[in-house]
Amino acid sequence: MNFDFSDDQKFLRDEARKFLAAQCTSAHVREVLDDDSKSHNEGVWKQIVEMGWLGAAIPEAYGGLGLGMLELCVIAEELGRVLAPVPFGSSAYFFAEALKLAGSEEQKLALLPKVADGSLVGCIAVSEGPGEIKAGNIATRLKDGSITGKKIPVTDGDIATHAIVLVKDGSGASLVIVDLNQSGVSRKPIKTLEPTRSHATISFDGADAELLGEAGNGMALLDQINDRAAVLIAFEQLGGASRCLEMANAYAKERVAFGRAIGGNQAIKHKLADMYVKNEVARSNAYYGAWALSSDAAELPEAAAAARVAASEAFWFASKENIQTHGGMGFTWEVDCHLFFRRAKLLSVQVGSPAVWKEKLVSALEAKND
Amino acid sequence: MDFNDTPEEAEFRAEAHAFLSQHLKAKTPGALRSGGREDFLARAKAWQKIKAEGGFAQITWPKEMGGRGGTVMQQVIWGQEEAKFDAPTGPFAIGLGMCVPTVIAFGSDEHKKKYVRKALMGEDVWCQLFSEPAAGSDVAGLKTKAVKDGDEWVINGQKVWTSGAHYSDFGILLVRTDPNVPKHKGLTMFIVDMKQQGVDVRPIHQASGGSEFNEVYFTDVRIPDADRLGEPGMGWKVALVTLMNERLAVGGSPGPDWKEIMDYARSSGTMSDQAFREKLADWYVAAQGYKLTKFRTQTALSRGETPGPENAIGKIINANHLQDICNSAIEMQDHFGLIVDKDEAPADAIFQESFLWAPGLRIAGGTDEILKNIIAERVLGLPQDVRVDKDKTFAEMN
Repeated sequence: MNFDFSDDQKFLRDEARKFLAAQCTSAHVREVLDDDSKSHNEGVWKQIVEMGWLGAAIPEAYGGLGLGMLELCVIAEELGRVLAPVPFGSSAYFFAEALKLAGSEEQKLALLPKVADGSLVGCIAVSEGPGEIKAGNIATRLKDGSITGKKIPVTDGDIATHAIVLVKDGSGASLVIVDLNQSGVSRKPIKTLEPTRSHATISFDGADAELLGEAGNGMALLDQINDRAAVLIAFEQLGGASRCLEMANAYAKERVAFGRAIGGNQAIKHKLADMYVKNEVARSNAYYGAWALSSDAAELPEAAAAARVAASEAFWFASKENIQTHGGMGFTWEVDCHLFFRRAKLLSVQVGSPAVWKEKLVSALEAKND
Repeated sequence: MDFNDTPEEAEFRAEAHAFLSQHLKAKTPGALRSGGREDFLARAKAWQKIKAEGGFAQITWPKEMGGRGGTVMQQVIWGQEEAKFDAPTGPFAIGLGMCVPTVIAFGSDEHKKKYVRKALMGEDVWCQLFSEPAAGSDVAGLKTKAVKDGDEWVINGQKVWTSGAHYSDFGILLVRTDPNVPKHKGLTMFIVDMKQQGVDVRPIHQASGGSEFNEVYFTDVRIPDADRLGEPGMGWKVALVTLMNERLAVGGSPGPDWKEIMDYARSSGTMSDQAFREKLADWYVAAQGYKLTKFRTQTALSRGETPGPENAIGKIINANHLQDICNSAIEMQDHFGLIVDKDEAPADAIFQESFLWAPGLRIAGGTDEILKNIIAERVLGLPQDVRVDKDKTFAEMN
């Protein structure tokens, strides 16, 4: 039994934590929060690019470090802990993973090295309206190699240079790669619950696009991409949830009411114990997802779904109860609690809501037990 | 990251499995329930003897005590393998897991000679006599008293929730020997012969309908001073050693899980219900969380690390999970869910049976609330609860 990260991976985690504690502080996050003109923190982004983390799971043949998925999971957790205000996930979890999964050799050679060195920022553009994303409600169309339609909201859509776009293609759905710096593309930032990560509306009007994977296979491919991204995002959620518990715990020990630290009250103790239990359940499920991801296991769909459901619940609970534990202070702009609360919501819907994943999970269990 | 045994672990697992296959049948559902209690106890004693002779009883005990001198990881592997077979192990879990280790730690050489081997060979069954009607979570508040009379102590009082007292030969008994000091400081531990005069064992009629536990009354029971474990007044420290061993003697799955309720839903045509499907996903995630967290603990054990109080989360998850699944299964069955008659009830009434059992599981071996206190205080480092009796003598508080 070796259900844990290796010593090398733990070393990477410790180094990443040290680096981010110094270089990606609350003040860095707030530079983006308090300035509408900023889509991300350029200084933090530049340093993360220089660390080579974007290429952690990209093979050396395509310009990456060639470490592996477990290393990317480790990095994701650390980025989640500090609420890194950068387009890392869009580029590394979605765009790069989609290319690795379905890209042609030519596409991989052309694009992956640029993801790894940060000269290309990728994103994924699927949503067009409220509700679960289904083949039947996509209006953006692919015709003769160009696309027309509107995607909203696209996480990191205003910083990205390239997008993977879900389009209607004849009778089916397909995924296409689109260079966003062309005349057929216009973008407009859009305000969301989570201002430390930028979002945009992207309109395509006859924009050049090239297929990613087979035509008509878009939904199946998107499922596979989402399974991979869900595990990585689960680690970001886990990082955030862990920080919420640490913050609540520290505050409960220092805040005095009725003559003693509030953390001596069972109402607070049990709340934090509940957080701890949910976080551990999330951690165990996330590790299993990491194992499935790194070993290309057939169990990936249910492992990813369980990781996502557990992590979404843990981060939601920890982020809301962290505010509650902080009392009035927790409801101020200046205290960081709300930043985690906002990020928790972004990450719980970004790759499909928990309800969608619960359904995916049950369908997978049914198929397996037939 | 993998789920494989190390070569040494794999070798031990194969050895354990071969031994088990040689002596036992693979598990069939309900097998342990067949036969009366007498028959079960006899089978348990016979199996314990075979294990001991084969060198598989008490894997972690030193060889000079009749154990294997093995690792905690080997004990975990043994437990996993034994669980695959129809092995009657229940009656010895508390004695060998908690009581006899306490005798080994605090008993005299004579005690060890007299008790350890016989317990190991399945000849003697032991029980643990700590809880009382007025001392559950706060067991140090117990009232059963022992008064010194020459070379003997005279015991009067009542214990409760004693598993297996009705078929036990010996017990370890925690009593109050000095009421004029704070509660933790006036306790003393003894070995007690359960078959002697003045020990009255009465089964408890549990809320679930069954009677797995007992009340034990002590009326002028005399225990020689030589059967004291530890110094007078040191009983709480001795008890902590007993309870520390409890944490390692953790059980497996207590009843129906996500798979059973999914099977039931599929067979009854309720699988399409959207609310049910969402709950099923939650149950799967919780069950996986429990199982995978144990894998993480095993990983630590495999590396020679000692798991800490974070283990408390297992029972919190499991007991609540079981209660929720059973409740939902019964509601799915609607009016029919009331039936406990196995011939009529769906799925042999497993949901109804565990429904009535689950409230006890949330209490036994540490209530949800106490376990959360343990996580809060020992894992998260939050302040201890206010203890108004801390500096007062037991007599002042009672």
